[in-house]
Amino acid sequence: MDIPYTVKNRPDTGLYNGKLGIWLFLASEVMLFGGLFSAYIFLRTGVESWPSGSEYLDIPLATLNTLFLITSSVTMVMSWASLKLNDFNKFKIYAGITLLLACAFLVIKYFEYSHKFHVGYFPSYNNFLGIYFTMTGLHVLHIIGGIIVIFYFWIPGAKMWESDPERFTNRIEIVGLYWHFVDLVWIFLFPTLYLL
Amino acid sequence: MSELTPEQVKNHIKTYVLVFVSLAFLTIVTVGISYLEVSVGMGITLALIVASIKGSLVACYFMHLIDEKVTIYWTLIATVVAFLILIFVPLSAILDHTKI
Amino acid sequence: MSSEHHKQSFLTKYIWSTDHKVIGIQYGITSLLWLLFGFLLMMIMRYQLAYPESPIPFVGSLFGESGILPSEMYNSLGAMHGTIMIFLGVVPLAFGAFGNYFVPLQIGAIDMAFPKLNAASYWMYFVGSVIMAIGFFVPGGAANSGWTSYPPLSNIATTGQTVWLLGMVMLITSSLLGSVNILVTVIQLRAEGMTWMKLPIFVWTQFITAFLLLLAFPPLEAAGVLQLMDRLAGTSFFMPSGLVVSGEVLTNAGGGSPLLWQHLFWFLAHPEVYVLILPAFGIVTEIIANNTRKPIWGYNALVYAMVFLGFMSFIVWAHHMYITGMGTSIGAFFQTTTMIISIPSVVILTTLLLSLWGGSIRFNTPMLFALGFIPMFGIGGLTGLPLGLAAADIHLHDTYYVIGHFHYVVAPGTIFALFAGIYYWFPKMTGKRTNETLGKLHFFFSMIFMNGIFMPMFVQGLAGVSRRLWDGGETYAHAADVLYLNEVMSVSAWLLGLAQIFFIVNMIISLFGKKTGEKNPWNATTLEWTDTTSPPLGHGNFEVVPTVYRGPYEYNVPGDDQDFTPQSKKV
Repeated sequence: MDIPYTVKNRPDTGLYNGKLGIWLFLASEVMLFGGLFSAYIFLRTGVESWPSGSEYLDIPLATLNTLFLITSSVTMVMSWASLKLNDFNKFKIYAGITLLLACAFLVIKYFEYSHKFHVGYFPSYNNFLGIYFTMTGLHVLHIIGGIIVIFYFWIPGAKMWESDPERFTNRIEIVGLYWHFVDLVWIFLFPTLYLL
Repeated sequence: MSELTPEQVKNHIKTYVLVFVSLAFLTIVTVGISYLEVSVGMGITLALIVASIKGSLVACYFMHLIDEKVTIYWTLIATVVAFLILIFVPLSAILDHTKI
Repeated sequence: MSSEHHKQSFLTKYIWSTDHKVIGIQYGITSLLWLLFGFLLMMIMRYQLAYPESPIPFVGSLFGESGILPSEMYNSLGAMHGTIMIFLGVVPLAFGAFGNYFVPLQIGAIDMAFPKLNAASYWMYFVGSVIMAIGFFVPGGAANSGWTSYPPLSNIATTGQTVWLLGMVMLITSSLLGSVNILVTVIQLRAEGMTWMKLPIFVWTQFITAFLLLLAFPPLEAAGVLQLMDRLAGTSFFMPSGLVVSGEVLTNAGGGSPLLWQHLFWFLAHPEVYVLILPAFGIVTEIIANNTRKPIWGYNALVYAMVFLGFMSFIVWAHHMYITGMGTSIGAFFQTTTMIISIPSVVILTTLLLSLWGGSIRFNTPMLFALGFIPMFGIGGLTGLPLGLAAADIHLHDTYYVIGHFHYVVAPGTIFALFAGIYYWFPKMTGKRTNETLGKLHFFFSMIFMNGIFMPMFVQGLAGVSRRLWDGGETYAHAADVLYLNEVMSVSAWLLGLAQIFFIVNMIISLFGKKTGEKNPWNATTLEWTDTTSPPLGHGNFEVVPTVYRGPYEYNVPGDDQDFTPQSKKV
C-alpha cells in the first residue's frame, strides 16, 4: 500500500501532499521572519534616533543583489516550466543559472559583511547593525539551504526524472515555492534595512 | 499544477517574463523613492506599497497563487492575520506604554 | 511502503523506523522518562521549600559537601522543571506520541503524509532533549532564569542559558515539522467518507493544536536567535542602556528592550497553553463517549468552540504582562480578549458534562481519569479568571496563586487526561490489558495528592507569597502565617511520586502479560478500534482500508443490535 496523493491531486482539495506541506512550512517561515520584523519595528520605535540605511550600508551593491535574486526567481520557475514541457536540458540550464545567481548573492553578501567587520561595524556596535546582521544572516542561511537543495536536484537527485518524471517535476515545483519565498523575504528586507 | 497543458505552460512563461521586467522596474522605483525628500512616515508607506506590489507579483505568478486552491488560501489568510497581529500589537503596546 | 515480507534489521524496524506507530511509541517513552525526571527535580525543590537549608536526602551529595541545595541550583531546577515538563514532557506526549500513533488510525490512513519527515522530527526532539540535558553539566549549571527566560537576567546568565536556547531551537524545529505532518495528514489522507464533521474530536484537537504550533512557535525561535546574538555576539536587542550589574556599568551598546522578549515569548507561550490542553480535551472526549455509551452532546458546539479558542489564543498573550507598565488602552484590549477566551472553555467543559447525563457510565480506569479531569480543569480555569482581570492580577502576578492556577490545568488537568489515554489505548498498542486494581489505586491516590500540592498554593498566593523563592517565603513577614503549608505541599508531592509506582508497576507487569487477542475490548466506534488489529499491522495499519459511513460516536443507536455502531459499518 502506498501513501495516496503524493503525486496525483486529492480530488476535494485539488492538492498533492508535498505542495500543501511546503505552503504550511512557508506559513511558519512568514511567522519566523515576522518575529524579526516585529523586533525591528519594536526596537526602532523604542528609541529617539535610528540611523538611515545609507549611513552604514551600500545601496547600489544591494540593489544589484536584489536584481540577482529576482532573476534567480525567474530562472527557478522557468526550470520548472521546462520540465512541464518535457525539456530536461532546459531544466538543467535554468537550474544552473539559478544556482549561479544564488552564489553571486552570497558573494556580494560576503563582501558587504567583511567590509563592515574591517571598519569595526560588528553586530554589537548598535542595534541597527545588530538587527541588520541578524535578519540578513538568517536570510543568508535560508539561501544556503536553498542552494543545497537545488544543487541536490540538479545533480544527484536528477535521476528521479528517469524513474518518476511527474514526481520529480512536483519536487522542483516545491523547491521553487521555497525559493520564491526567500526572494519575497528579501523584497521586504531590502527596503526596510537599506532604504528607510 | 499537474493538470497544466504545454500550451498553458507556454502562456505562463510569457507572464513570467512580464513579471520579471515589472519586478526589475519596481526595484529601481523603490531605490529612486528613497532619494526623495519625504517624511519618515511617508517613506515607510511608499516603501511598503512598492514592496507589497512586488511581493504580490512574486506570490501570484511565480508561486502560482493566482490560481491556487481554497485550502492554500485559507492557510495563508490565517497566516497573514497572525502576522499582522505579531507586527501591530507589540507596536501598539509600545506606543501606549506608560510614559515615566 | 511496498513489500510486506522483507526482513528489517532491528535498527530499521525500531530505531530509524518511519512507521508512525513506532515513532509514536518512541515519543511516548522518551516523554514519559522526561516527565519522571522533571517530577524528580520538583521533589528536590520541594524538600528545600519544606525544610529550608536542610541537606537533601539521597541526592544531597550532588550539591556539595553540605548537601544543601544552593539557591542558584534551586533556580536551575525551577527553570528546567518548567522547560522539561512543557517542552520535553507534555507536548511530545500529547502531540508527538498520541498524535502520531492515533491520528492516522482514526482517519483511516496507512501512515502520516511524510513518514521520513516524521522520523526526522522525533530524532530532532531527541537531540534537542540531549542538548537540554547537557545544560546540567556546563559551568554554572542549567538555565536558571525561569522557563520564561526574561532578559536582562537571562542575557547575563551562565552558560546554561545558551544551551537552553540551542535546545529550544532544535525542539521548535522538531515541533514545526511535526505540525506540518499532522496538518497535511488530516487534510489529505482522510479515508473515503471521513468528512470533517465525522472526525473524532481527538483528531480535531490534534489538527487545531498543529495549527497553533505552526504559527505561534516561530516568533519564539526568532526571539531565541536574538537572545543568542545578545549572548554570543554582544548585541543589545534586549539590553536597555545604562544597565548596572554587580556595581559595574555594562559596556554594551544598549538601546534594547526587555519587553521585546516578553512579547515574542508570550506570543508563543500563550497559544502553547492551549497546545497543552487541546489534546487533553480530545482524549477525554473519546473516553467519555465510549464509557457513557452515548454520543457526545454538542459535537458541533465542541468543534466551533475549539476552533474559536485556537483563534482567540493568538490575541491574549499580554495578560502575562499586565504589570510591565502597559498603557490602559492596550491593557483593556488584552483583558477583554482574555475574558472572551474563557467562554469557549466553558462551552467545552459544559458539553463534556452534559455528555454524562443519561449515560450508562462505566467506571474503568481511563474513565476515572477522564472524569477527574473535568473538575480539576474546572478549578484551574476558574482560578485563571482573577489573573485575567488586570486589577486583580496586580496583586496575584508572580505569586503562588499563578503556580496553583496553571498546575491545576496541566497536572490534574492535562496529565490526568494523558494517563486516561494511556490506559484507554494500551490494549490497542499492545494487545494486552492493564491491571484495573492498580489503575484505580493510581487514580485515587493521584487525585488526593494533586489537590494536596496545589490547593494550598492559592492560599499562599493570596497571602502574597512570591514564586521562585528559594526559601519558600521565609524572609517575608506576610508569608509567616501560611509558611506551614510548604511542608503540607511537599509531603503531598512526595506521596504523589510514590503513587506513580502503581502506574509504573502496572505498565511493566501488563507489558509482560498475556496477549488477549481482543481487537476492540472497550467496544468503541472509532476506526482505530473497529478496523485494526491490536496492535495494528506493521505496514499499512489496515487489512482493508475502511470507508466511513457514520459519525464517530454512534453508541446505542435505536434499532441496532449492539450498543455501539462502528464508523465503518455500512448504512
